[in-house]
Amino acid sequence: MGQLTSGERTLGAAILIVLAILGIAMAAVGQNDPLGTHGGMIFLVSVGLLFVLISSSFGPEPDPARFSKYYDDPIKVGVALTLIWAIFGMFIGVWAAAQLAWPSLNFDTAWASFGRIRPAHTSGVIFGFGGNALITTSYHVVQRTSRARLADQFSPWFVLLGFNLFCLIAISGYFMGVTQSKEYAEAEWYADIWLVIVWVAYFILFVRTLARRKEPHIYVANWYYLAFILVVAILHIVNNLAVPISFAHAKSYTVWAGVQDSMVQWWYGHNAVAFFLTAGFLGMLYYYLPKRAQRPIFSYRLSILSFWGITFFYMWAGSHHLHYTALPHWVQNLGMTFSVMLLVPSWASAGNALLTLNGAWDKVRDDATLRFMMMAAFFYGLSTFEGSFMAIRPVNSLSHYTDWTVGHVHAGALGWVAMITFGALYTLVPSIWKRERMYSAGLVELHFWLALVGTLIYVFAMWNSGIIQGLMWRTYTQDDTLAYSFVDTLVAMYPYYIARAFGGLLFLIGAIVAAYNVWMTVRTPEPAPSSAGEDLPLGDRPVATPLPAE
Amino acid sequence: MPDLMHGKLERSATGLMLAIVAAASVGGIVEIAPLFTVDDTVEQVKDMRLYTPLELAGRDVYVREGCYACHSQMIRTLRDEVERYGPYSLAVESQYDHPMLWGSKRTGPDLARIGGKYSDFWHVAHLINPRDVVPESNMPSYSWLATTPLDVRDLPLKLQAQRYVGVPYTDAMIANASSDAHGQAVPDSDQATGVSERYGEATQISAFDGVTTNVTEMDALVAYLQVLGQLTKAAYENPATSEQVPNPND
Repeated sequence: MGQLTSGERTLGAAILIVLAILGIAMAAVGQNDPLGTHGGMIFLVSVGLLFVLISSSFGPEPDPARFSKYYDDPIKVGVALTLIWAIFGMFIGVWAAAQLAWPSLNFDTAWASFGRIRPAHTSGVIFGFGGNALITTSYHVVQRTSRARLADQFSPWFVLLGFNLFCLIAISGYFMGVTQSKEYAEAEWYADIWLVIVWVAYFILFVRTLARRKEPHIYVANWYYLAFILVVAILHIVNNLAVPISFAHAKSYTVWAGVQDSMVQWWYGHNAVAFFLTAGFLGMLYYYLPKRAQRPIFSYRLSILSFWGITFFYMWAGSHHLHYTALPHWVQNLGMTFSVMLLVPSWASAGNALLTLNGAWDKVRDDATLRFMMMAAFFYGLSTFEGSFMAIRPVNSLSHYTDWTVGHVHAGALGWVAMITFGALYTLVPSIWKRERMYSAGLVELHFWLALVGTLIYVFAMWNSGIIQGLMWRTYTQDDTLAYSFVDTLVAMYPYYIARAFGGLLFLIGAIVAAYNVWMTVRTPEPAPSSAGEDLPLGDRPVATPLPAE
Repeated sequence: MPDLMHGKLERSATGLMLAIVAAASVGGIVEIAPLFTVDDTVEQVKDMRLYTPLELAGRDVYVREGCYACHSQMIRTLRDEVERYGPYSLAVESQYDHPMLWGSKRTGPDLARIGGKYSDFWHVAHLINPRDVVPESNMPSYSWLATTPLDVRDLPLKLQAQRYVGVPYTDAMIANASSDAHGQAVPDSDQATGVSERYGEATQISAFDGVTTNVTEMDALVAYLQVLGQLTKAAYENPATSEQVPNPND
């Protein structure tokens, strides 16, 4: 934060003081409620950050020469936060998976029971790990592709740290039983309101930075980041409209009811996958894959087709989660139709990525980082095919409510989202910290194989258990009665639950290896500065230090 | 030509933003807006009753513990589900559910028609240690619910908030919420009579957790479980045939 101007420091201090007061107020009115605990946490976090801010405030005003450099400090912190959340979220995931096989692993405590740690796992990986990865890489990509520095120095910190405060409040809430039971949107009203504020700041920062671009065209990756920021805002607000029972309680009731709530929930839920876990990470893919492969993206027209196809089709597809339910038939059918059509733009992107690698296969063989990205594109293609397939009514009748869905989600989460993120991080870290390469190529290789084998074990276990359970539920004896009780089908699941926990464990170990590798990379001494000019924004040049003519 | 048009779009951040919002809005509007106006989205039935304060408190416990992560409350229109669980779920049955708890995963069985299927005693034993009654179960134990007193003071606020979002609780229901919660879990008490007056004679008044001296979260959760699928008889009255899905054995 040493680069903040005095005006930005004052603004930061003012916001932190307001937050601290808000925290005290929440702690006071919500004394006998989890809201009070959250108030205390907000107070402590704000005061802690205030100390960091004050201790850096005695430094001199930042050098005007900063404008001739990209603003990478928040990216560095973002990388660390991404890895911390990755390990936390995946650890909780392995724990939750193990609880399904060995229920006593909650040690008879309320806070660690499956229903409370499961949302902590999903939010931890989706929002903690995924969200931080998206914010961090978007700061990197938008600067480099626009050849412009971030619009100011305060809002990148506000967005990054504010978002992490949201994650902290949301996830600590689940352990205390604070949830609105809406999948992927469990956080309660005050956390939701805070997220809206942070997200609007993110949007303004992103657009202001785009407006400073020195390139006439907005680069493809930025289309995806922009769609991600905009549409997530719309989804979040509509899905989370709720009435709190009072301002002193964490509890609220969503304004939507029953069948309408189910549609809003899955319109949101499916599009959280679309715009958070797909569009955002496609932004990552479209920048880091060509960069690492040192080849231009295969087809510009495919990029356009894929982008608009995804933006338009995905919004229709949520209702395929509600086949055979009380949702009106026509909505179910519309959802199915668009889900099937969605395969075209999805495969356009997956194909575009894989074809970009055509001619660079030798690099894929030698470079585990590039292989991460290739596997990500492969898994993206696989899970989007599977998704369209599972949206078909008869298939869905078998797969829904079983582990097949869980397997599908994790083929996407582990194979696509996590692998593209690790590929991007392994590209970004040496570049940001100005190192030649990662500390150990061997550890990247090890991580790749842990991640791949972990994902395969996980996904195959869930495919098997899901299809077996789905079939057992509907098996009839010759007397035309149901052949299995529910418990029979649960007993058949135990071996797969154990296999899944093992696959997840391998993936978690991989993430720990990654964190160690990044830590060691940062710790290796910086090489002698190379000649400037390679990685600098255009324009905004300080008068004192003109850049050499190009 | 398309390239030319797009070339324009990708030079303008505002244009791109507007185009994204426009493209992304259509699907949601087409699929969601009519659900509020089309008459047949939710059936009209006369006997649909409201959750009592105790049942609502139990539902909040259910929400708090994340039960929806393992139990659905939506029997689909499939033959095997109807035979296993009971008549398929109607939209009207979750008309007052904020939020709906249809769920997306069945690690345990569906609960849409669990009400009345087992005794209160069974539910309490099952929640205290699921493996005592179902040895193969992997459900967590919720024994601490039986010793946690139910906070009934918040109930008027909860009913009030439910009314804000469209559940027709009356002023009398809101004013008596705390005492009704107490009365429903303590039969033979003075407060018990008010419950059947306000919520109907069919309302179950019972010492759900077997102890009448206090009202616990166990009382609330069991009261909620016992009313699931029982708020209206509509689903039982029109036994329309369910859809046939090919039998894998055929």
